[in-house]
Amino acid sequence: MTALLRLSGIHKSFGPVAALAGVDLAVHPGEVLGLVGENGAGKSTLMRIIGGVHAPSAGRIELDGAVLDRLTVPRSIAAGIAFVHQELSNFDNLTVAENIFLGRMPTRGGPLRLVDTRSMTRDADVLLARLGATFGGDAPLARLSLAQMQLVEIAKALSLNARLMILDEPTSSLTATETDRLLGVAEGLRQSGVALIFITHRLSEVERLADRVTVLRDGRHVADLGRGEIRASLMIRHMIGRDLKSVHTPRASAPGSAVLQVSDVRTPRYPDCAVSLTLRKGEILGLAGLIGAGRTELAETIFGLTPAKGGEIALDGVKVTLNTPRHAIAQGIFLVPEDRKAHGLILDFPISQNISLPGLRDLSRRGLVDRRAELRLAQRQKQALDLRASDLCLPASSLSGGNQQKVVLARWLALSPRVVLFDEPTRGVDVGAKAEIYRLMRALSDQGVGVLMISSDMEEVIGVSDRVLVMHEGRIAGSLGRDELSEHAILSLAVGQPETAGPTA
Amino acid sequence: MIDRKNLGLLVLILVVSAAVAILNPRFLSPVNLSNTANLIGLFGIFAIAQAFVIISGGIELSSGSVIALLGVIFVDLVGNHVLSPLSATLLVLALGAVIGVLHGVLIARVGLQPFVVTLCGLLIYRGVARYYTEDATAGFAFGESFPTLEWVTTGRICGVPNSLTALALIAVLTGILLHRSVYGRTLLATGRNPEGARYAGINTQAVLILAYLICAVLTAVAAIFLAMYTRSISPASHGNFYELYAIAAAVLGGCSLRGGEGSILGVVLGTVLLQVLQNLVNLLGIPSSLNFAVMGSVIILGVLADNWFLQRKALSRP
Repeated sequence: MTALLRLSGIHKSFGPVAALAGVDLAVHPGEVLGLVGENGAGKSTLMRIIGGVHAPSAGRIELDGAVLDRLTVPRSIAAGIAFVHQELSNFDNLTVAENIFLGRMPTRGGPLRLVDTRSMTRDADVLLARLGATFGGDAPLARLSLAQMQLVEIAKALSLNARLMILDEPTSSLTATETDRLLGVAEGLRQSGVALIFITHRLSEVERLADRVTVLRDGRHVADLGRGEIRASLMIRHMIGRDLKSVHTPRASAPGSAVLQVSDVRTPRYPDCAVSLTLRKGEILGLAGLIGAGRTELAETIFGLTPAKGGEIALDGVKVTLNTPRHAIAQGIFLVPEDRKAHGLILDFPISQNISLPGLRDLSRRGLVDRRAELRLAQRQKQALDLRASDLCLPASSLSGGNQQKVVLARWLALSPRVVLFDEPTRGVDVGAKAEIYRLMRALSDQGVGVLMISSDMEEVIGVSDRVLVMHEGRIAGSLGRDELSEHAILSLAVGQPETAGPTA
Repeated sequence: MIDRKNLGLLVLILVVSAAVAILNPRFLSPVNLSNTANLIGLFGIFAIAQAFVIISGGIELSSGSVIALLGVIFVDLVGNHVLSPLSATLLVLALGAVIGVLHGVLIARVGLQPFVVTLCGLLIYRGVARYYTEDATAGFAFGESFPTLEWVTTGRICGVPNSLTALALIAVLTGILLHRSVYGRTLLATGRNPEGARYAGINTQAVLILAYLICAVLTAVAAIFLAMYTRSISPASHGNFYELYAIAAAVLGGCSLRGGEGSILGVVLGTVLLQVLQNLVNLLGIPSSLNFAVMGSVIILGVLADNWFLQRKALSRP
């Protein structure tokens, strides 16, 4: 049987960075292909190539046996390739039918081009019935649950006569029953001859649904598993496979007393999951897990951005109330946020003013900013952090990613940190600046500051942390000491398969 | 230090003034200059008030109505000898503060949109002002005089109207507040990136409420000056469109409606330009009905020119 879509030897580079280096993938009508790999393995890039957003740097694409050098978005849509995205891009001010047929609504009234609501709703109802939906085309989208919105996306794909549907983490925010129902819908689609590419971190769903599995690692195609070989343990084994311990800088002394203690704290995102953790002086505690596991929410709760729903936070053994970032900052708890541009910095502000912002009160006399002291502080921090900026009065937006991150660090190091929470500290940062940021984290920790590092980068988690907590769907799934650290152990906990977390073969 | 934007504005003011002076020498007559200076003083105060709210990322549409309401209250209390001028002034400033905090709380804490809150304020205060005097004109009785109050608000020192002196004083104080103080810095940060400001530990709600408070109190000051300038206030028309003058002056002076940007000097220059243009319409015999059209055209041209300069600057950068 000819493959519906076959990619061979796909390469894709962004500047000097190779996102994909030799990936093969094939999918046949009526087949479910599981696509697995860690965060950053290249799954998203590959899907963008299939969707026609990116052109591959090299490689061959065959669509129904015809060879193409690249796909474009219109060609991909015309071929019946449809995406059901992780982040839903729906219009919640419109009805279900309007969302499904947006841009191609049936019209009546000749030149008046009125929307033929009745026939549109009828068509939508037919599609929704096929998917077993319990709502009609006239329902306002805003009233639907996330799972129901996903069905709308699938109905939209069906209305476009999709032959290949790509489901990107479709179950990541669904409950168990909803997940079950969605997998049933996928099963039905397969039986009607639609091909599916199913991307997920939930390996049990892959085990249940997939006919074949393609595993990616670091942009490479590492394995193709047939029906009989699809087991979580085998997939995990293929997803990992590097020695990542070599870059670790050991800490100067044994970890001291607990600086931060979080007991039974619940975040608004996962109100049913009580999280407890202890962060000691002189250790870098890694917080690993998949995207959406609740790590950022935990850090934001500790920093006071989203008040905790119950539980206690203690600093050096003293209970503290952290309802706003101001409270946290006053206690010496600082956050280096994940989204540097939106949260970490005021991009249009001069570098010096970004550095001074949280500590402005200490740089002022009678309410007026001492601008000389401000500039002196910025100069000092520039030296200390080796900040590459020609002029500290230039806006922070003029800096590279690594130097922007150093500005965020500079503002906190100028105060007296007791705990620093790093959320994806080196995302979008070049290799050189990365090493410097690790060095700074280690220096902080050696000075007795508690360092918590959220990271989705395995190399970073294993290379930098002294101890790692792994989160899975809002809970701490496990704790790993330095000696137990392995990609295999972390990933097993992160995907919720601790039974496979034995020592790596 | 004067930046490029303000320098451009200053040059524009000088060019327009020179042109008007050449076309009609009466522009430079002491009476006209003093008159224009007085108007600049009056309008500048509530334009600066508006700037604080615009820099916070919001808008204050009720300025004109606040000026009418506080104006009739002030004239009524003083004219009927209910309160001494000093007590009446303090009361009016306090009322302004209450209005400001109310707007600030509704916007920053309750989370309503600034446009909606202040639009409702525009309607409410205008209505209350008209009800207060039963739509009659509030004024002082014939021959009534309050020497100290009148000298402070409408007097002159060495030919300079006290309203302009008041503006200068307020401009210096608010200039220091906006450009040198901790509050000013946090206001600029909050206006530009409220989330980023929150992550830096700034109490953004308090910053916003204070911005509306400053705006309303300064508007109350302007209301007293304007009341004493007109001496009689018809509540249906007094202060009509003044919020739009203020917004225009602030935008002309470099405030971005997106927030986080603007300077007090710019707002003052913006006010000066608007008043010079108004003067131009009067002196050059242009039908005064075209007044707003001239003002609108100059503002849109100014914004276009600024846009063009910015694009050219972006292009010339590597």
